[in-house]
Order: sequence, then structure tokens, then C-alpha cells
Amino acid sequence: MTFINYASREINCKIVYYGPGLCGKTTNLQHIFEATAPQARGKLISLATETDRTLFFDFMPLELGTVRGFKTRFHLYTVPGQVFYDASRKLILKGVDGVVFVADSQEERMDANVESLYNLEENLRAQGYDLMKLPYVLQLNKRDLPNIVPVEDLAAELVRKAEPVVEAVASSGAGVFDTLKAVAKQVLTELRKS
Amino acid sequence: MADTPILLHQNQYHQLKAVLARLRMDSAARVVFLVDKDGQEIAAQGEIGNLDTTSLASLAAGNVAATGGMAQLIGEKEFPTLSHEGERESIHISVIGRLLLIVVFDERSTLGLVKLRSRQVSQQLLAMIEEITQAGLDDHDSPFAGITDEDIDSLFK
Repeated sequence: MTFINYASREINCKIVYYGPGLCGKTTNLQHIFEATAPQARGKLISLATETDRTLFFDFMPLELGTVRGFKTRFHLYTVPGQVFYDASRKLILKGVDGVVFVADSQEERMDANVESLYNLEENLRAQGYDLMKLPYVLQLNKRDLPNIVPVEDLAAELVRKAEPVVEAVASSGAGVFDTLKAVAKQVLTELRKS
Repeated sequence: MADTPILLHQNQYHQLKAVLARLRMDSAARVVFLVDKDGQEIAAQGEIGNLDTTSLASLAAGNVAATGGMAQLIGEKEFPTLSHEGERESIHISVIGRLLLIVVFDERSTLGLVKLRSRQVSQQLLAMIEEITQAGLDDHDSPFAGITDEDIDSLFK
């Protein structure tokens, strides 16, 4: 949910990274954190288990720059991907302005991708959102692994509305900022329209 | 249902800050925040210093969201207040509509005083935020109305 503060000349938006367990959501944020100058970002907060699986959420504020005198700040969140954390995922989606779905390109994770995407649509609907109307980007992650599904087949299965599709290797950073830019642009364009 | 955006104009922002400043004084608190339930910091007053208010806002909202989920599982709508007591610093959170009023206090105050003062100011804050929300719905002048594709692209150079 966008927050525009005329007094401090700031606009704040929320982007949520969604996807099945171990698909690379946290890795996306970690790369953005490491690659961004400290003055343009805040701390990366990770609420995780002892084995570094996201337990509740990761959070990182990011300042993109100034447009028409307003500082544009994006709050990036990830959800926990494991199936049994659905209650938490619902809570983190509240107030979302844009969504990135991170798909795991490995063949054996195809079912998990589909299940997670269905879960995203359901949870958005429960919060009063419609994926078809929300800024949305599909990231196909782990493109460096040997046992991956071709992009066309992944897209055929996962694309929902002609959203931007970005190939990525989040562990090396490839495609991470392209994904972020794509969703941020959509969020700002949507603000302009409304 | 999806919340409407918050558009906070200068006079409204200063009014909110004035209420928070008064609360801070009356409750002898260290810092007082107003945060949206989605984790956005609205306003803050007090001895902020190096305190990471952005992270605190996000974590407080997550905290309330999680305990709200627990409340619903046991048949409650939500827990209207949450308190966390530390060795030296403590936090008290009040849920006021779509906002969270967060008071950070130390040995200069007490939980009882903070709870009392927070409760006394909650109706005023609720009325203010309802007014802000309604004004936002009526306000059709977006600061982004005139921005161009080039303006947006320039953010990513």
C-alpha cells in the first residue's frame, strides 16, 4: 500500500518476492543488499531458522532516487516459501504494491512452482487483490543449473498475463536488478495512472 | 480488503507529530512512533538517535500481524495491545485502526503510565487517520500525475 508523505517528500511502496521454498527469494534480496550503496538502502532484516530458511520474512528498504522532488523508497519483502508457512505468507502480502514471483527452473521443482503460484493468487484474492491488476514480474531463477526446464516451457506453464519474464541466476546476481527494475517501473507507472 | 493509499499532507503530518510529542512528554517515553499496519513508518518523535526506525516499523508490523493471526486462531479478533519488557528498554504497541502506536520507554516511565497515555490519545489518533484516509480518497491530485516514462527510467540509470 503506497504511502505518500508530502511533508518529507517521500513515496513508499511495498514489493513482495514470492515463490516455492529454496527458489531464491532471499538470495535476490541478499544480492540487492550487497550490490547497493549503503546510503541507498537500510539493513537487511532476516527472520530465519537456524538453518537459514526464512521463518517469517526478509525485509530491506531501498531508495531508488528522486522523481518530481519525491524520494522513491521501496520496501522489499520475501515470504517463507515452505508449504506449511501459508499463514505467514498471507500476512506479508498485506499492503503489497508489486509482486515478483521467483520460479525455480529445475525440472523437479515444476510442481512446486505451480503450487506456489496458485497459492499466491489465492492469498492475493483473500486480501482483496487481483493478480491481473497488480504490478507483477516473473523471474525464472537458477538458469545456470544443468537440469532446468526450457524457458518457453516454464513460461507456458507459469506466465499469467504477459508479465515481464526475467531469466536469472540470483546466486551470482544475474537478472536480479533487471527483475527489480521491471517491477518498480510497473509500480510507479501504476501510481501515475491512479 | 486492499487498503487505500495514505496521502499525508504537511499540515496533517505536523498535527500527528504534535500529538506524538505530547504523548511522549505525558508518558515520559523515549520515542513514540506511528506506523501503518503494513510496516510503513508514518511519524516519529523523541530520542531517535541512531535507532533504525524503518526496521523497527517493519518488525513491529510483522509482530502485530503474527500475533493477530494467533488471536484469530483462538477466537479473538486481535490483541489490541502488545508489551515487551526488556532489562532497560521496553516497547508498548497499541493497535489503533490501521495504525500501530509504538512507545519505547525506559526506567523514566512505567508500563502503566504508557498504557494509560496511549489509551487516552488513541481516539484522537483514530479520528485523525480517518480524516487523512478520507482526504486521500477525495484527493485526485497525485504528485505523479505529470511524470513521464523518462522520469521513471532516470531512476534506473
